Amino acid sequence: MKMDTLKLSNMRTSFGAELRKYAPQMILVALVILFSIITPRFLTTYNLLILVRQVSFAAISAVGIMFVMIGGAIDLSIGSQIVLTNVLLAIMMAIWKVPMGLAILITLLLGTLLGVCNGLLAVKLKVHPLIITLGTASIFKGLGYIIANSRNIMGFPDAYRWFGQGYIGPLPVPIVVMIIVALIGSFVLTRTYFGRYVFAMGGNEEAARLAGVNINRMRIILFAICGFASGITSVLLLSRVFAGQVSTGSGIEFDCLTAALLGGVSFKGGEGTIFGLITGILIIGVLNNAMQLASFPDFSQNVVKGAVLLIAVGFDVYQKTHKAKETVALVKA
Amino acid sequence: MNANIVLSLENITKKYPGVVALNNVSIEFLEGEVHALLGENGAGKSTLIKAVAGAIPIDGGSIHVGGQTYHQMTPHLSRSLGIEVIYQEFNLVPPMSVAENIFLGDRVNEKRLVDYAAMNAKASEIFQQFDVALDPTSRVEDLSPAQQQIVEIAKAVSKKVKILIMDEPSAPLSVAEVEHMFAIIQQLKQKGVTIIYISHRLEEVFRISDRVSVMRDGRYVATRLTQETNRKELISLMVGRELKEVYPSRTVIPTETVLQVKNLSGNGDRDISFSVKKGEILGISGLVGAGRTELAMLLYGAAQIESGEIWVNGKLAHIRSPQDAIRHRIGLLTEDRKGKGLFLEMGVRWNISFPIIRRLSKRGVLDFQTENDIAEKFTRRMNIKTPSLEQRVINLSGGNQQKVVLAKSLAAESDILIFDEPTRGIDVGAKQEIYQLMRELSDHGIAILMISSEMEELLGMSDRIIVLCEGKLAGEVQKEQFSQDYILDLASGTH
Repeated sequence: MKMDTLKLSNMRTSFGAELRKYAPQMILVALVILFSIITPRFLTTYNLLILVRQVSFAAISAVGIMFVMIGGAIDLSIGSQIVLTNVLLAIMMAIWKVPMGLAILITLLLGTLLGVCNGLLAVKLKVHPLIITLGTASIFKGLGYIIANSRNIMGFPDAYRWFGQGYIGPLPVPIVVMIIVALIGSFVLTRTYFGRYVFAMGGNEEAARLAGVNINRMRIILFAICGFASGITSVLLLSRVFAGQVSTGSGIEFDCLTAALLGGVSFKGGEGTIFGLITGILIIGVLNNAMQLASFPDFSQNVVKGAVLLIAVGFDVYQKTHKAKETVALVKA
Repeated sequence: MNANIVLSLENITKKYPGVVALNNVSIEFLEGEVHALLGENGAGKSTLIKAVAGAIPIDGGSIHVGGQTYHQMTPHLSRSLGIEVIYQEFNLVPPMSVAENIFLGDRVNEKRLVDYAAMNAKASEIFQQFDVALDPTSRVEDLSPAQQQIVEIAKAVSKKVKILIMDEPSAPLSVAEVEHMFAIIQQLKQKGVTIIYISHRLEEVFRISDRVSVMRDGRYVATRLTQETNRKELISLMVGRELKEVYPSRTVIPTETVLQVKNLSGNGDRDISFSVKKGEILGISGLVGAGRTELAMLLYGAAQIESGEIWVNGKLAHIRSPQDAIRHRIGLLTEDRKGKGLFLEMGVRWNISFPIIRRLSKRGVLDFQTENDIAEKFTRRMNIKTPSLEQRVINLSGGNQQKVVLAKSLAAESDILIFDEPTRGIDVGAKQEIYQLMRELSDHGIAILMISSEMEELLGMSDRIIVLCEGKLAGEVQKEQFSQDYILDLASGTH
């Protein structure tokens, strides 16, 4: 009899825990249902593909920022990295007539290099990455503006359209790239020792160091991964816009960050899944897209996005304190 | 009893989902007594304190203080009744001054603005009572743990404490500092303050307490007059069975030198030389701040070596990072298992396999099967009590957490293990298991360096002891010369 009650109460808590674990997914489903009712144009294949493509660019960068965040740091310079690499890629192709393949390669390398810069500064100056990347964000963006020199750079090879505007089968190219990046990211984080190191660093940096993880090198690599991901975003975005402008990519880090937090990536590090991240990015996508369809005014969209973030994060903190209470119970048991 | 009962707990019950943390606990505390609360980890001592302090709500029972009956406590209420708790983790604001911490949340007088002069003067007054030289204006983060504890005590005193609850107060202190703390406790006692003293260290209980209550598995077991009980009885009350703290004796005689340290300096230590043989347990003694942990960090590559040499297996080893140390098969069990030893949010399997996870991977990809096997093997070998390998270690008891830390370093197959306070804050039963394991390891030829503040285990387990004092080697003591007084003399620099 006593055993039975015990089992039951265990089951109840684990069911509750399961439910809480999928909170972001439930929010997403609830939003989809809500908007399907509000506007019939929402739940169509055509619209959903548009929706996902809209956020696929930010999603790729978000995978990058997720590596940085799980490792216990933050990168606020993503948008500015894209501004700079975007302008350079545009100039390389349109003005210097660098072959497309080579130009793309250089862009990816440059993105990685910008990440390495962030990482090196964080490691060498021993200043919080938030401050470091706030500084480099301003520098990268400024450089982009200087190089662009108020121009609208145009005249790219036609083949370049494919990256941002083309399709592979029924799927837009950016979505396919997003899926590939997400799968690779997920594999690295969950199936490799490198992934373990990332979680370890974010979970307890000193313990990771004492266990033989080269923290400084890891930190630089994580920023480099983030830079590389933003390089990919940059290549796709320029093809989508098809004109080199300094506004492209600006501020994208806020969507990335919001998606990560919505999806349960911990701001303190050591926690996060790609599944959660993609859910987070889709929540943003749904909000953007559906509110446009339902012709919500632009400003109210911002209000809703912010509110959803606060609710989601608030819920996360609530369930953590809840978890902590259960923990106390177990420890004292 | 002719003294007044100041605090009486009646049938206190606290349930958590699936467990009963406190089961009808009733204890009475007298005015001006030092009442020790004993029990293994998980016996419910901490939960009981929290219930009294109002940090957690209780599910049943009542608390009687000053003639009033309370069925529920709140932090505010318990404070107003003169109950103060000094937790193991201090509740201080590190960047603020000593005086500011003491009077945090209180006003020293009726002035509109903070009267720093009055505040500092009042703080000094309290310190004088205790014969402590502490500057009220210094920042708490610059203080040693012992000094921080004094600030905590001063804080309680400033709040007109009637019942002071101290949770493992001696844990962060050296021998001399513990003596000082005892002196302060005696003074508080003379003022009529009741002290509830929670400790794992039986010798302290006998030194300081008037009465002692034992808890086990969330239940109250017994209360004894300290004078009328003995060590053996208390241990058997705690564990529910007879258990002696025995130090297993060795079966193999060490001969071959595996680690040799020559004139090592750095991290505050100067010119330290010693050697360790294969299968030997070398005790490292010294007061807190003598540079013991600092030495461990040097040997493990976690701190910069300024000069000197480390030889491993007869070869000069260049140890500049923990990676280097691991490569030379040196393992470290840190004194700060939560802060530096464990990934608390991660599971048991995850933690045990972490140091060797790279080796367990094929072309970078994890081999979950092997990982699981290894984690299972060590969980069994170390007798780690956990519902599953996926259980997050934050949910384990202190003793089991320490075993996870041990399992980690064993899985890494080190030849030289540095144990920094291996039994700190864990209960008698788990201690015994760890001693047994250390002996097994040394019998298998592993060299162990054991840093410990517990003289008894140091004398019991070591083959040889080196003593540090103020960052220097104060002496080396052979087994035949082992004596507590001699080692203390060396450690305090009076020899």
